[in-house]
Amino acid sequence: MAVKVYGKPQAVCPQRVMHCLVEKGVPFEFVLVDIDAMEHKRPEYMEKHPFGQVPFIADGDFELFESRAIVRYFASKYADRGPNLLGRTAEERAKVEQWLDVEAITYSPCAFSIVFNLFLLPIRGLPGNKGEAVASMEKLDKILEVYEKQLARTKYLAGDEFTLADLTHIPVTRYLVEHCGLAYLLDDKPHAKAWWEDVSSRPAWKKLMSFVASGASFYAP
Amino acid sequence: MGSVTVYGPPISTAVSRVLACLQEKDVDFKLVNVDMAKGQHKSPDYLKLQPFGQVPAFQDEHATLFESRAICRYICDKYANRGNQSLLGRSGGGPAERAQVEQWLEAESQSFNPPSSVLVFQLAFAPRMGLPQDPAAIELNQAKLARVLDVYERRLGESRFLAGDEFSLADLAHLPNAHHIFAARKDDMFASRKNVARWWEEISTRPSWKKVVDMYSAAPPA
Repeated sequence: MAVKVYGKPQAVCPQRVMHCLVEKGVPFEFVLVDIDAMEHKRPEYMEKHPFGQVPFIADGDFELFESRAIVRYFASKYADRGPNLLGRTAEERAKVEQWLDVEAITYSPCAFSIVFNLFLLPIRGLPGNKGEAVASMEKLDKILEVYEKQLARTKYLAGDEFTLADLTHIPVTRYLVEHCGLAYLLDDKPHAKAWWEDVSSRPAWKKLMSFVASGASFYAP
Repeated sequence: MGSVTVYGPPISTAVSRVLACLQEKDVDFKLVNVDMAKGQHKSPDYLKLQPFGQVPAFQDEHATLFESRAICRYICDKYANRGNQSLLGRSGGGPAERAQVEQWLEAESQSFNPPSSVLVFQLAFAPRMGLPQDPAAIELNQAKLARVLDVYERRLGESRFLAGDEFSLADLAHLPNAHHIFAARKDDMFASRKNVARWWEEISTRPSWKKVVDMYSAAPPA
């Protein structure tokens, strides 16, 4: 039975999960949850996901929420196929976990504030909070300076191989670069810029973007 | 063994998250204070350990790490045979067992931590630092936290701990923020939810947590 991923395909957190499955060559069925119609807050959905968020996955009888728990699960379950996304030793895994948490707690809240105010609200015809967006952009610039220092030492965030720590950054960063005009933040950070160009050119990511654009429900590797 | 060092003031919620894990795992450690009032966390030497200038930082003979939950996961993996061996799921449980812990640890980090951190700052640290409290921020974040605790109330009616029947890293991660909210006597939202109250009583009375709380009142090491 194929993995089912519930969510909206354009949304950042479901894309994280789908990208991981594509990297690992795992087929899945995408089940649309209409966030715009508040379907994720309806009782039927909240039976599955008590916080009323996306994504939610079902792997046979096994169900899970929180995109970063889900990608850890699939990276671990399919450790023997595709790229090694979790490191090979306890120390390597710890570096992956460290940068995963930086993404979750420091990078993404800042990035989301920008995307929310400069893109998501305006496309709904609502005013974004420019002041909040600018403050977040300044914060993001400082965060990226730390990333630049790390990426001057290692090719990817946790070491010299692409891991979950890089993967979880990609969906929201694409929004920053393609929809919020923030590519310029990388101009004075050559290593971070090279890293972004590398990770966003990965064949699995490009395959996912095509899948999302196609509106298809079933992904087969 | 004997080579673990944690950097940061023990009263910091993120630092004490790591200390709680070390106590659960029976791993000896040295605690080196970082005087944040004096800006020590932004010194060039400290930034080598933690480039974002936050606490804690962690070192053993194999790794230098930051991010409290990543450090906790490493301690559980690296010192797998010591102390409590089911913090990341029961051994032999495989990816699905660990994933349940990860799910609720992410819920703590993404849903519980943001509003409870604001409350901890407003209720416990601002008064201590002589800073004015912000009643609007307190009200807003109490409302957000109440919604999270409603989810926990339902979950903890189905299972003894968040990830299942065993105490795990997912429960442990909640200890520091909840402790300060209780200490500030703003614990009504925990006490008024029967399952949450039962869970809190159980996790906060663990000997490992009591050892961490005892460190709050001890003088910081030089």
